Amino acid sequence: MPRQVMPKQDPAERSRNFGEVALGFTPEQAAAEAARCLNCKKRFCVQGCPVEVDIPDFIQLLKAGDPAGAAAKIKEKNSLPAICGRVCPQESQCEKECILAKKGEPIAIGGLERFVADYAAEQAGGTVRPAKALPYRAAIIGAGPAGLTAAADLALQGFDVTIFESLHEAGGVLQYGIPQFRLPKEIVGREVEYIKQLGVKLETSVLVGQTVTVPELLEQGFQTIFIGTGAGLPYFLNVPGENLNGVYSANEFLTRVNLMKAYRFPEYDTPVRIGERVAVVGGGNVAMDAARTSLRLGAKAVYIVYRRSEEELPARYEEIENAKEEGIIFRLLTNPVRIIGDEQGVVQALECIRMELGEPDRSGRRRPVAVPGSEFQFPVDSVIVAIGQGPNPVLLRNTTGLQLNERGYIQADPETLATSIPGVFAGGDIVTGAATVIAAMGAGKKAARRMVEYCKQKYPNG
Amino acid sequence: MEIVAKDCLAPRIVRLVVKAPRIAAKAQPGHFVVVRLNDRAERIPLTIADFDRAAGTITLIIQEVGKSTAMINAMEPGQSFADVLGPLGTPYPIEKVGTVVGVAGGLGAAPLYPKVKALYEAGNRVIVILGAQRRELLILMEELRAVSHELIVATDDGSYGEHGLVTVPLRRVLEREKVDEVIAIGPVPMMDACCRITRELNVKTVVSLNAVMVDGTGMCGGCRVTVGGQSKFCCVDGPAFDGLQVDFAELRQRQRYYNAQEREAYQAHQHGMEGCRCRAK
Ligand SMILES: Cc1cc2nc3c(=O)[nH]c(=O)nc-3n(C[C@H](O)[C@H](O)[C@H](O)COP(=O)(O)OP(=O)(O)OC[C@H]3O[C@@H](n4cnc5c(N)ncnc54)[C@H](O)[C@@H]3O)c2cc1C
Ligand SMILES: Cc1cc2nc3c(=O)[nH]c(=O)nc-3n(C[C@H](O)[C@H](O)[C@H](O)COP(=O)(O)OP(=O)(O)OC[C@H]3O[C@@H](n4cnc5c(N)ncnc54)[C@H](O)[C@@H]3O)c2cc1C
Ligand code: SF4
Ligand code: SF4
Ligand code: FES
Ligand SMILES: [Mg+2]
Repeated sequence: MPRQVMPKQDPAERSRNFGEVALGFTPEQAAAEAARCLNCKKRFCVQGCPVEVDIPDFIQLLKAGDPAGAAAKIKEKNSLPAICGRVCPQESQCEKECILAKKGEPIAIGGLERFVADYAAEQAGGTVRPAKALPYRAAIIGAGPAGLTAAADLALQGFDVTIFESLHEAGGVLQYGIPQFRLPKEIVGREVEYIKQLGVKLETSVLVGQTVTVPELLEQGFQTIFIGTGAGLPYFLNVPGENLNGVYSANEFLTRVNLMKAYRFPEYDTPVRIGERVAVVGGGNVAMDAARTSLRLGAKAVYIVYRRSEEELPARYEEIENAKEEGIIFRLLTNPVRIIGDEQGVVQALECIRMELGEPDRSGRRRPVAVPGSEFQFPVDSVIVAIGQGPNPVLLRNTTGLQLNERGYIQADPETLATSIPGVFAGGDIVTGAATVIAAMGAGKKAARRMVEYCKQKYPNG
Repeated sequence: MEIVAKDCLAPRIVRLVVKAPRIAAKAQPGHFVVVRLNDRAERIPLTIADFDRAAGTITLIIQEVGKSTAMINAMEPGQSFADVLGPLGTPYPIEKVGTVVGVAGGLGAAPLYPKVKALYEAGNRVIVILGAQRRELLILMEELRAVSHELIVATDDGSYGEHGLVTVPLRRVLEREKVDEVIAIGPVPMMDACCRITRELNVKTVVSLNAVMVDGTGMCGGCRVTVGGQSKFCCVDGPAFDGLQVDFAELRQRQRYYNAQEREAYQAHQHGMEGCRCRAK
């Protein structure tokens, strides 16, 4: 039997709405896909999952007609399955290691995980009960996937957990970055709600470093702290014209649209303005998200401007395919050199230079080199810069004694995730730089384990 | 975050005292908050015009200029903001520098007040120049008088104090005596005009910039301003900057980018809405 293909909204239609693109397996498809799993003794697939979901076990439960049991099985390891099922780069993780991948038809683990999580959510709420209360209080800074996972795991261990989040909603990039059509915000809300049901307290609109500091939290009786503040600082190109109206960082653009719901202006108060022709600079997932969001806001022509070739595009293959199907125009081997504005200071055109691939650089990819004299311009109404993010300095600059690495991220022990401040742990994008949802969750999980050990050792009597 | 007191300072200018103990505990002159009124509202920045650590409150002074500010100014004590995030921004350094001239244009008196109050208490000689379009729009006059050695008032239409712009008394004071620092806060053209004079007379000048913001935490980069040829994030690097280095023309253009949508939202909202009673004044 071949691998099941998840149904998707038709490209022409979906590129004009914010509804979910991938529609999820039908029960019949899920059953057929589960039936393909060999329930291997050597669990290769599990080794590919950063949080070690018991993949064969949940699939067997699903096969046996017990989706609720399958969901509970996944939740033993993964508190955010409906999210991971949707946004994990499965092709380079669990599905890559699946024994059937050799034949090119790995089990659609992500699709099954999504099916099971969505099914369970439609049924009555979870039955997970935290262990008996322990006399420990943990503070989690940042409600992204790293922080949410650490919080859930600590609560399950019986800790009294409070999350401090600077935005008004929990979820981190899941909430403000990844668009509605890939990850509906209702699903993020549902999974956050589950974590609250475990007893985790969520305090939004608290910017740690400003509203309260790390040393103050320690003084206030939190024995241990996890920092999961992500890589939220947008990088810009540093080319002339970058402060013109109509130049957005991907963060700003996506925050306006996702978190603030500017796509429903004026019903929601936050505006966004991109015009008809949009250039998105960059070639990763963030760039694809910004480009596809622009289309859905009504842009007529959306370009991806990327300085290397198609082969080097860092975005997931599936997202590149989706973008192409929807009509995004790829301008590869092209690098912006200047943004040109009109007399109102609004973007009018983008000037680029053509690139060639030269010798491989340190990353092993062939380095793009500008072709002298090949500058050209094309008209655009806005430019969205999606070339990466760095660590936000607010918490870092206000936390004395917190050691950073040479790239400005938090220095954490790779094994224990301990920082230079005793009792304070860190993980996710704020340690590794921009990575993936599941890697951040894996870090949250690892840190939680160490935080439990730390508290039990340091405060044996509470 | 509950509103505990409200009064109208001038037509369409309201003062709210808001319960926010954590923010009050940390607030310093120069800090601001980002508020969201309700679940559909945008996030907008407002200066912490005063704070009372003991009472756990902060004071906001808000001028109605569009939909969000209209809705906020229509709120009454007992009602709450959905969110108040802060204190944000880099606090204004309070040092004894000698003689300081504070210049406020219109609502600029609100952000100016906590700074000159602290500078006055730190032992500086403080001269305040307060300007507004007309008499009714002068706010915080008595509060500013209480924290200054000299208060000069000017109105554009001459309905109170000197007739004309604040730049006239500013130049006069700078030519009259040695001034160590000028702080100018108000509409962009007013700050720009003040900086032209201080640049010419070579006096250190600090301005507080009001770029369009979203998160207020350095995450979106939407609040970029150019200072000394470099791009800065107004919310975390500022909002106070060296006025002699600011690209005011760019800031003005950036403030206007959403004007069409803002007007649309405001008009739709005003339709059938009463607003704060002070609007009638
Ligand atoms: C547009 C976009 C699309 C992506 N798509 C994918 C994808 O498809 N698949 C995938 O696996 N990965 C994807 N990623 C990457 C992935 O989202 C991140 O690697 C992941 O979210 C990192 O998790 P985190 O918990 O470390 O940080 P974040 O998700 O960044 O969360 C950090 C949280 O901390 C809060 N915070 C920051 N500073 C403070 C402070 N001082 N005090 C309090 N709170 C603070 C922030 O507001 C935020 O909520 C994408 C990223 C982006 C931007
Ligand atoms: C650091 C800082 C401190 C401020 N302090 C005060 C204060 O104490 N009292 C006060 O009344 N106002 C203050 N402002 C300005 C205030 O934020 C705007 O007047 C308000 O956002 C307008 O919202 P609106 O929907 O009512 O008007 P709109 O009709 O939406 O906009 C009117 C004008 O306000 C500005 N504006 C709009 N949206 C924003 C935004 N998200 N961020 C910043 N400016 C915006 C634009 O220049 C716009 O042209 C401050 C701004 C900044 C940046
Ligand atoms: S969490 Fe991600 S990597 Fe792990 S099994 Fe699920 S989809 Fe695969
Ligand atoms: S490796 Fe593939 S086939 Fe084997 S148990 Fe895992 S998912 Fe099933
Ligand atoms: S408001 Fe977003 S970075 Fe300043
Ligand atoms: Mg507005």
